Amino acid sequence: MNIVVCLKQTFDTETKISLNSDGKINEVGVTRAINPYDEFAVEEGLRLKEKFGGEVVIVSVGTEKVQESIRTALAMGADKGVLVQDPALEKADEWVVAEVLAKAISQLPYDIILAGRIAVDDQSAQVAVRVAEAMNLPSVSSILELQAEESKATATREIDGGTEIIEVPLPAVFTAQKGLNEPRYPNMMGIMKAKSKELKVMSLADLGFTEAPAPKTSEPVFSLPGSRKAGIKIQGEPADSVRELVRLLTEEAKVV
Amino acid sequence: MAKGIWVFIEHHNGLIRKVSLELLYQAKIIAETSGDPVIAVVLGKDISSVADTAGTYGADKVIMVDDEKLENYTTGAYTSVMNKLAREEEPQAILLGNTAVGKDLAPRLAHRLGGGMASDCTGMERDEKDYLRFTRPIYGGKAFSELTITSKPIVATIRPNTFPSGAPDPTHQAEMVKADAVIDGDDLRAIVKEVVLAASLRPELIEAEIIISGGRGMKGPENFALLEECADTIGAAVGASRAAVDAGWREQKFQVGQTGKTVSPTLYIACGISGAIQHVAGMGSSKVIVAINKDPDANIFTLADYGIVGDLFEIVPLLTEEFKKLKS
Repeated sequence: MNIVVCLKQTFDTETKISLNSDGKINEVGVTRAINPYDEFAVEEGLRLKEKFGGEVVIVSVGTEKVQESIRTALAMGADKGVLVQDPALEKADEWVVAEVLAKAISQLPYDIILAGRIAVDDQSAQVAVRVAEAMNLPSVSSILELQAEESKATATREIDGGTEIIEVPLPAVFTAQKGLNEPRYPNMMGIMKAKSKELKVMSLADLGFTEAPAPKTSEPVFSLPGSRKAGIKIQGEPADSVRELVRLLTEEAKVV
Repeated sequence: MAKGIWVFIEHHNGLIRKVSLELLYQAKIIAETSGDPVIAVVLGKDISSVADTAGTYGADKVIMVDDEKLENYTTGAYTSVMNKLAREEEPQAILLGNTAVGKDLAPRLAHRLGGGMASDCTGMERDEKDYLRFTRPIYGGKAFSELTITSKPIVATIRPNTFPSGAPDPTHQAEMVKADAVIDGDDLRAIVKEVVLAASLRPELIEAEIIISGGRGMKGPENFALLEECADTIGAAVGASRAAVDAGWREQKFQVGQTGKTVSPTLYIACGISGAIQHVAGMGSSKVIVAINKDPDANIFTLADYGIVGDLFEIVPLLTEEFKKLKS
């Protein structure tokens, strides 16, 4: 069974966000990591490979820095990596990334395509579903469990207030929700092996694009939230404090 | 000729989800300046009462697609029906709630329509050039991104509790239009084998007006009963921090934070939660935040509107009593 995992490199979730003088997100000194939800996708891919055989290929779009995250996934046990790296993709939006990923994946063997359900940086949660659409494949979003067979798979998907069990024919796309698995850490052996695994860097031209797909969204304007001010700390005996809290909630904030 | 602002109406057991009503409300405000009709789009089986309700919440027109193949949401069938309708009617915008259904349907639909999309927006206003301008939190609420969609139709999902839901007007008459569904082949590849809904009388976390959450300070799973009792006096949902979920005290689906649910209630009461950055990512857009924590230096106090430094095992039962008095 051949698995493709779409991986995005994001900032570490502890990163403090600041803006440069040109209004762009400051990237200097930022620690980068595999998007946490994509780690679930990598892990699920590895488990499928362990059960059925085949290969796990990591596919990503981004800058040279992303190679490090792909190497981490290779150290976890993935077999190969493909990075689409092209200056023309600097202003790519979800439409563009999905078109590029779909093209890159179509040139690989695949039965199951996995991705995280959301990336913790731009939080769009669009690209994997768009990839499925671009490749005309069925998809199941936000999965908590995956049972694959020869030509079909059954996934448990999280919905509001419960879960849904969905059966789809393969090939298909699945996006990983937290709870799907516990991702492994790369061990020393894995890290050593990863160094010699294939990591192919491709341009848009290599993929067969004559020009970059045009974005469908305006260039975003970033801002930082006004810092939420600390409010009132209510002092006194517990019973008095609680009475005062409820008074404030009903009379001042008017939310109860 | 203006072709309208569409609101995708999500419904369950004959009831419209609150976020869909919030979208109708905000669409009407946009329509005041754009001059477009507000059009509710209802898909499902036996949906006439849902369509009527959408009319009373101010839709100028309701498009109904009633088909047994639409009884359960499936990505394929819903995308296909929405795509066909949108290509025929050419709306300015298609708005959906950022729910499990919205998050799955909107990107697929946007891509089939060949266009852009804004996800999980917490702001939407009229834009002279591109019709609508969206604001959305990124990096767990540590920054905001403002953007427009340059393709048509605009597709966007809006975070629940962003806009008020308005009140119904039973005398309001909406034009009712039935459309046919053509659902076949690839639309039916995914089969819903089973839908398991948890039996809970509490509101759904992402749509709740009030949420009471517990963290590491709860000390064990059994103590969440304290929060549940308090929640039930005021119709609140019960959430949990990652610490409580990772400890196995609460199910993952109740987790609020970066790797859990993003919520935006009117009132968020954090009990025994330190306020780690990952938690704030999931609840920082709450309108009023209350913190109950015995550590006076806990980070949660830096963003709480009201804080009580104290033992939650003492404070929460007192709070329950006060809420009971209020409601009696």
